[in-house]
Amino acid sequence: MSELNRLTIAQARKGMAEGAFSSVELTQSCVDAMEARADLGAFITPTPEAALEAAAEADRKRAAGDEGALLGIPLGIKDLFCTEGVQTTAASRILEGFKPTYESTVTRNLLRDGAVFLGKLNLDEFAMGSSNTTSYYGNVVNPWQSSDKPNMQLVPGGSSGGSASAVAARLCLGATGTDTGGSIRQPAAFCGITGLKPTYGRCSRWGVVAFASSLDQAGPMARSVEDCGLMLGSMAGYDPMDTTSVDTPVPDYTAELGAGVKGLKIGIPQEYRVDGMPEEIEKLWMETAERLRAEGAEIVEISLPHTHAALPAYYIVAPAEASSNLARYDGVRYGFRSDAPEGLPEFSSLEEMYATTRGEGFGPEVQRRIMIGAYVLSAGFYDAYYNKARRVRTLIAQDFSRAFEQVDAILTPTTPSPAFGITEEPTGVEMYMNDVFTVPASMAGIPGISVPVGMSKDGLPLGVQLLGKPFEEVGLLRVAQAVETAADFTAAPQLMA
Amino acid sequence: MAQTIKGQTGEWEIVIGMEVHAQVLSESKLFSGASTTFGKAPNHNVALVDAALPGMLPVLNEECVRQAVRSGLGIKAAINLYSVFDRKNYFYADLPQGYQISQLYHPIVGEGELTIDLEEGESRVIGIERIHLEQDAGKSIHDQDPHRSFIDLNRTGVALMEIVSKPDLRGGDEASAYMTKLRSILRYLGTCDGNMEQGSMRADVNVSVRPMGSTELGTRTETKNVNSVRFIRQAVEYEARRQVELLESGGKVVQETRLYDPTKGETRSMRSKEEAHDYRYFPDPDLLPLQLNQDFVDAIAADLPELPDEKRARFEADYGLSNYDAGVLVAEKETGDFFETVAKGRDAKLAANWVMGELFGALNKAGVELANSPVSADALGGLIEAIASDTISGRTAKDVFAIMFETGKSADAIIDEQGLKQISDEGAIETALDEIIAANPAQVEKAKENPKLKGWFVGQVMKATGGQANPGVVNKLINQKLG
Amino acid sequence: MSITRETVEQAARLARLTVADEDKDRLAGELSAILGFVEQLDEINTDNVEPLTSVVGATARMRKDEVNAGDYPERVLANAPDRVTDFYAVPKVVE
Repeated sequence: MSELNRLTIAQARKGMAEGAFSSVELTQSCVDAMEARADLGAFITPTPEAALEAAAEADRKRAAGDEGALLGIPLGIKDLFCTEGVQTTAASRILEGFKPTYESTVTRNLLRDGAVFLGKLNLDEFAMGSSNTTSYYGNVVNPWQSSDKPNMQLVPGGSSGGSASAVAARLCLGATGTDTGGSIRQPAAFCGITGLKPTYGRCSRWGVVAFASSLDQAGPMARSVEDCGLMLGSMAGYDPMDTTSVDTPVPDYTAELGAGVKGLKIGIPQEYRVDGMPEEIEKLWMETAERLRAEGAEIVEISLPHTHAALPAYYIVAPAEASSNLARYDGVRYGFRSDAPEGLPEFSSLEEMYATTRGEGFGPEVQRRIMIGAYVLSAGFYDAYYNKARRVRTLIAQDFSRAFEQVDAILTPTTPSPAFGITEEPTGVEMYMNDVFTVPASMAGIPGISVPVGMSKDGLPLGVQLLGKPFEEVGLLRVAQAVETAADFTAAPQLMA
Repeated sequence: MAQTIKGQTGEWEIVIGMEVHAQVLSESKLFSGASTTFGKAPNHNVALVDAALPGMLPVLNEECVRQAVRSGLGIKAAINLYSVFDRKNYFYADLPQGYQISQLYHPIVGEGELTIDLEEGESRVIGIERIHLEQDAGKSIHDQDPHRSFIDLNRTGVALMEIVSKPDLRGGDEASAYMTKLRSILRYLGTCDGNMEQGSMRADVNVSVRPMGSTELGTRTETKNVNSVRFIRQAVEYEARRQVELLESGGKVVQETRLYDPTKGETRSMRSKEEAHDYRYFPDPDLLPLQLNQDFVDAIAADLPELPDEKRARFEADYGLSNYDAGVLVAEKETGDFFETVAKGRDAKLAANWVMGELFGALNKAGVELANSPVSADALGGLIEAIASDTISGRTAKDVFAIMFETGKSADAIIDEQGLKQISDEGAIETALDEIIAANPAQVEKAKENPKLKGWFVGQVMKATGGQANPGVVNKLINQKLG
Repeated sequence: MSITRETVEQAARLARLTVADEDKDRLAGELSAILGFVEQLDEINTDNVEPLTSVVGATARMRKDEVNAGDYPERVLANAPDRVTDFYAVPKVVE
């Protein structure tokens, strides 16, 4: 097997531009890798044949002089993006068999730039989860293994678990993710890759199955900061079909890479030192800060006083919006519809058809969140819960704007722990704590990126998160690349193809 | 006079508030680019977002916003430069999103008012609470299949204005006058076609009753989707009477939703198995708050057409019409325009009489709309000129009009063809009269004794002139000659 | 606030979810735990703080009134679980 699948996007671009290999060869290498590592459960719907055809087309275009930014680059697509003619499930039974008759704006942008799609990647059902164990189509396995318990299957994080696992295992060169409360950054950290959640409004949400509309944002997941920049350049852009997308030019996100951090101010928020955080995470965080200081950055202690309020506010806002966004899945127009009760030819009423379809079509976590959402929005509670949470969001956003008056970027750990075993998965509120460091930026809408910087004592990757000012992803990527270079993270997962 | 109900225990006052849903005139839907055309094949006027396919997003139609603002200005309302779209969450087969996008907390139009016109020239000012924009729902069809309902989403997402009145109306006549006036204003503004048969305008009528003199509001019922001015009046009258009877017999009015059944002329409860709705309103996170600038509003205001109240006042002042006649003529914009074309440079009162008399009568009888009238405004003007210039008599004019209505020909052409031009030349008539007098001395004697018999000479002159003699001139000459 | 079995039933009804009887107590516990967690917010003073409406600080953009979608029933109905000609079909709606 060739190892073209292990290249970064930047390397593959160069290789194809120089004629060292074709997109078909590169794509074939990924297809082989996907087959070899099917046990990871990363894909819900692999599309190897379509991918190879697209690769051949990319090669023809290249021969004809086309130089699309991602021409011939094989990517995986989180199965939350609607793809025309290709099943799109959101990892839910309720969308089983659903084939969109339209292409999401983000994937259309990637296709415009020549990308090759390998298939649809697994995720938590409707992107609700932090471990990719809520998918109707099976768990995703993290390609990394703990030196302590090498036989234990680890979670890849979530909700973009399939994306993170596939990128880490070298099944694809990059993947799309979506991030609502950490769904790009947390799995990126668990799988030792790089994941960028752009500013809210940077990428169009049109054609992306909605979880929580005021938080959802698509972003790239790849094996380098530069690759994330290359992918974002293609994914981002104003879309008149999404009026929450922002009409501001798409810059060259790789423009400032390599410029270093000399003279930049990096904030360390004291509130991110939470109780019970493993020492190794705190240590790596501080080491990263030290490395940046060594590169000429100024490290500044800052305060984001409402950090602790972000997670509880998130667990009001996200379920509330989700409960409404998921009301459309009713078995009437697309997707799954339950059979009539046993022994009866048909449902006695539309109500019964709805409730049965939704009861059988949604998994337990989704149902929990829908019920919480319905509850916090219900009469009499709206102000106490939803509006309160929105006010808290204002406070969180103000914290960040004040901080950014002092600093250029903020450095935090991405997660409070490394990946855990699928069977050791915490439940309920404890599970939600996985997102404690990623949620504040989501609530404020600012960009964040997770970069792998080291290993836990059990040999599992750990990441740090950098947060930036709205729409200043160029500067954020510049700092992220300095962190990447300084950390020189070269370890590879055991279950790599 | 406000209508009251005389019950067994005393007199009751009827209190009515109306929520009128008016379909906004626009090419495309409120949040999608699908057409609003009526009567298309099922699910043809449906964009992906209307069917609530996953990941689809709403994009606000600027024209619908403009129309709502225009309507607000038409009822002298405050325009809210800041408004927000909320989701109203409930499940129904023809509501694909599982929520309706509406405006609960921050509507686009605030308080305004509207003057209703009652009988005998009375009028009253009715307060309007708000106007907000929202999506229409689709249609479920229940009678095509014994076990299934069919869903057509063509209407889904068409823009509606919900116009909410204050509980200022006091009877069925006021409620129907309110609907009539509101419809008239919206049609003048061009913001709604007012076509009630097609459902472009329908009313939810909130009715309660209270003992005369009481200032507290009674428990109200809401009669949904009443779609004609006449039904509104009937529904109010039935519902108020029902409530009075209920209260007087010791019962209680239940706050509930009711339906008006026009065939039975009664309202009945829409007994829903469900408990009260809990719509879980919250701001739609797919739509940012709508912030208008004053220039946007000012531009619409500058472009506002003359509205019925202003036009009525002008018709009274400029044309000397009675308040009643002016009211009839301005009720529909088309009628007012038609009248003005007829009246321009002509005898306005005569024009008004002909438009409201012969023309409306003939249209009514033929069941033809004014827009399709076989007699155009210019043609009717021609006829009126012929009358005013004494070319034909009023009597002949009626015959000419009948032919015009039937053939679409001009008055002049008909007068020429049929030789109807009347003789006003005194000399010619006198000659004819003199001949008749000379030939009938006995009749002359009788007529001198009994002036009633002069009519015989009129008949003879008309006969001699082929009916074309000007009757005024004939009478004058007979009076001169026969004393 | 603690969620009872009845509240679970009510939320499930609002959300049109069939919940098995044996799951209701468990769900009541889980939902109570989540609500207990989010109620930490009570301690935060939000007096005079406006709710955040948009993280991008923008206001609505509007589109021109043009017909540029629709007239493609196949794109709309392609995934229908049950259809009759160009209608979606559902179990009888009882009004």
